[in-house]
Amino acid sequence: MSTATTSHPPSVSRRTFLRVSSAAAGGLLVSLYLDWPTIAQQPATPKVYPPDAFVHVRPDGKIVVQVNRLEFGQGVQTALPMLLADEMDADWLQVIAELAPAGDVYRDPVYGIQMVGGSGSIAHSFEQYRQLGARTRAMLIAAAAAQWKVTPTQCRAESSVVYGPNGQSARYAELAEAAAHLPVPENIQLKKESDLRLTNKEVRRLDSGAKCNGSQKFGLDVDLPGMKVALVAHPPVFGAKVKGFDANAARAISGVQEVFEIPLVRGTGVAIVADRFWAAKQARDRLRAEWDTASVERPDTAQLFAKYRELARTPGNVAVSRANANAMDSISPANRILAEYEFPYLAHTPMEPLNTTVRFDGDRAEVWGGSQFQTVDRMAIAEVLGLKPEQVTFHTEMAGGGFGRRATPDSHVQREAATVAKRLRGIPVKLIWTREDDVQGGYYRPMHVHRVEVGIGGDGMPAAWRHVIVGQSILAGTPFAPMMVKNGVDSTAVEGTADTKYNIPNFHISAHHPAINVPVLWWRSVGHTHNAFVMETLIDELARRAKADPIAYRLKLLSPDAKKLRNCLALLQGKTASWRSLPRNHAVGIACHESFETGVACAVEVSIEDKRPRIHRATITVDPGFAVNPLTIASQMQGGVTFGITQVMSRGAITLKDGRVEQRNWDGYTPPYMKDAPVIAQVHIVPSSEKPSGCGEPPVPVISPAVVNALSRLTGKRYRTLPLTEI
Amino acid sequence: METFKLTVNGQVKEVTADPGTPLLWVLREDLKMTGTKYGCGIAACGACTVHLGGVPTRSCVVPVALVRNRPILTIEAMADDPVGRVVQDVWVSEDVVQCGYCQSGQIMSAVALLKSTPKPTDKDIEESMGGNLCRCGTYVRIRQAIKTSARQLG
Ligand code: FES
Ligand code: FES
Repeated sequence: MSTATTSHPPSVSRRTFLRVSSAAAGGLLVSLYLDWPTIAQQPATPKVYPPDAFVHVRPDGKIVVQVNRLEFGQGVQTALPMLLADEMDADWLQVIAELAPAGDVYRDPVYGIQMVGGSGSIAHSFEQYRQLGARTRAMLIAAAAAQWKVTPTQCRAESSVVYGPNGQSARYAELAEAAAHLPVPENIQLKKESDLRLTNKEVRRLDSGAKCNGSQKFGLDVDLPGMKVALVAHPPVFGAKVKGFDANAARAISGVQEVFEIPLVRGTGVAIVADRFWAAKQARDRLRAEWDTASVERPDTAQLFAKYRELARTPGNVAVSRANANAMDSISPANRILAEYEFPYLAHTPMEPLNTTVRFDGDRAEVWGGSQFQTVDRMAIAEVLGLKPEQVTFHTEMAGGGFGRRATPDSHVQREAATVAKRLRGIPVKLIWTREDDVQGGYYRPMHVHRVEVGIGGDGMPAAWRHVIVGQSILAGTPFAPMMVKNGVDSTAVEGTADTKYNIPNFHISAHHPAINVPVLWWRSVGHTHNAFVMETLIDELARRAKADPIAYRLKLLSPDAKKLRNCLALLQGKTASWRSLPRNHAVGIACHESFETGVACAVEVSIEDKRPRIHRATITVDPGFAVNPLTIASQMQGGVTFGITQVMSRGAITLKDGRVEQRNWDGYTPPYMKDAPVIAQVHIVPSSEKPSGCGEPPVPVISPAVVNALSRLTGKRYRTLPLTEI
Repeated sequence: METFKLTVNGQVKEVTADPGTPLLWVLREDLKMTGTKYGCGIAACGACTVHLGGVPTRSCVVPVALVRNRPILTIEAMADDPVGRVVQDVWVSEDVVQCGYCQSGQIMSAVALLKSTPKPTDKDIEESMGGNLCRCGTYVRIRQAIKTSARQLG
């Protein structure tokens, strides 16, 4: 980590604005915000400062930090304020974190829109929040120095107090007003690593208390005077339209206010508005709707797999072609492995069902919801309501998980909510997707078929690799396509394979992206979910064939510049050295994978209980660069591997028959419960001063290949079809 | 619509609701006690767990009409419960939560377990907590926090 003012893309111009305003409760608020590129084009000193700010030093000593993105479990609501408070020398116990509403100043400094994704929260805002803290501190010190007629360098700050050279001291709260009138320093020095007091330390989450006593409000808990609840009857096949409906029985339910047809992003639906959830739910159950399912494609899982397998036999659009694509031909068939993998659709099913609350007042609207994509959702709502985005106030609500599901380029849930709210003008409407809507509603991790041919060299290492990936493109048709779909290859479909850190000389990866009538979406770690599974199970198979230690084999095959994975594997080797003597019928499985610039390696000890894998322990090593909050990183690793286990659950699949999703709720699509997760999960972080990288997604890809590699050692079988219905 | 008298966290409340309305929605929407969460509505996730007559119960599948005179305890009362308070404190000090949405239900199940089985084994924990889903995957820490709570209560 660099200690001076650190690097930022040179094209990014930054200015700092300051705003002083009186607080509603009396006293003065100092608000500072950094001007990030999106508003850099505006006049240098805008007449009206945006009402947004990152940090308020309140007269009561509380320091309120605005978090520029959604908190949905990943811990950013603690980590970003930590970075700021550390540079500011603020008293951590006085820090209050708030989720910022949608606003230009809160755009992700790298992505240019306000969002959470790509494990970018810390990676992208690390610098930003440190700078904010350092500048605020400099101004508070300057204010104190001016008051005491000394130079700032004669002063120091600690725990929200500035100390002068002659025993003077002043609290930040007392200095805030004077500081607000000072110019914002252009150049500031960030702390040396050794001076950090919070960063890189195990700091507990700020939101635990409220989440343990029931007081934390999530989007679904929003309650407004006169609010109604809306449910929508969605088409049974994606994109189908309502032919007609009989709402008499639905309207007869007490509390039901309106039943009407609405356009959806795909097809049409019937909205039901009621006083209460239960009335709306009963009304929807009683609604008799007829749908035109004949004029839409009705996908069928079995048929899709057959089609995908067929496609996989022909090369697709080339993602990578390294050295000799025909090197395979010179390798004898006895030294080749041909492997065909199948992966189903997977739903995210975040714990808090999807929802959005909207009130439309004609010339403005107010929105409450947990969103990974505030900029996009706000624009979509504005469009539905015929407003400009600025006319839509978007409150970011705490969200109960998301895993990618709250980042929809088409904002389909928000559009539904806005459509209903438009009709109910003036009345706040909370639109809820029930768990059934969520499980059956699409936006899944796409199903895939991989067909891989590996030619093994005389040294037991892969000498040639031919790999065809078949699956829908997540990005096709979205605004992200121009950036991330190249030569007809969706980069999210091949990530983890095309950019593998293994050094395989003759390497050929291609992809087919059939268009299927099933909406698909990024599922925590996106393409790495299936690509890491293929790579890590095959590499393990190769190691076994070569009678090599799985860690040593990987280290040998990794390219020299795969520094993070090397660090992780070396650490894993040390931490699992004592795993040599295992109980009978237990086996160890290893996997490693780099994604989102973070390396993760994992060892699991597995046995088979009741015909299911039992994970007695997992040891996870991670190299995320500089570790901002080791406690959160450990949580993300433990949680991420558990999330990844969804892939190997016996009912970890969404399937379709004649266009209809066959699962309805968590009884049919079953994610991991406690007994499916590791009993013990130890996390070790590689010490590093490199710039921080993300931790939300990188643990997900390693666990299922590690488990399956252990199973293979127990049964001698290969597992290439998910979900793991049989062992 | 019928009127029901419910004893929630020691207080008698009167609500008028359709007798089939699950207790979960009466708590959330009529009594505005949103600490109890909706996750699935089919007793598959435990997010809605309350203590009904002392028994951990999925409130999403209990029609309000069937509650009768059994006392209801929700997450909002746990700070005043001797076991509940310890569990909450340990949950915080061990940094268990992530998104937090499942945690009301987890804590309600954990408190019920510790009341009936003060020294739970791993197997007891898995059985009692087995129906509480956590999509964020906080299970390792929940397991640990229950053991710590048991020690502190011991
Ligand atoms: S909401 Fe009751 S068990 Fe899921
Ligand atoms: S903490 Fe998010 S679902 Fe459990």
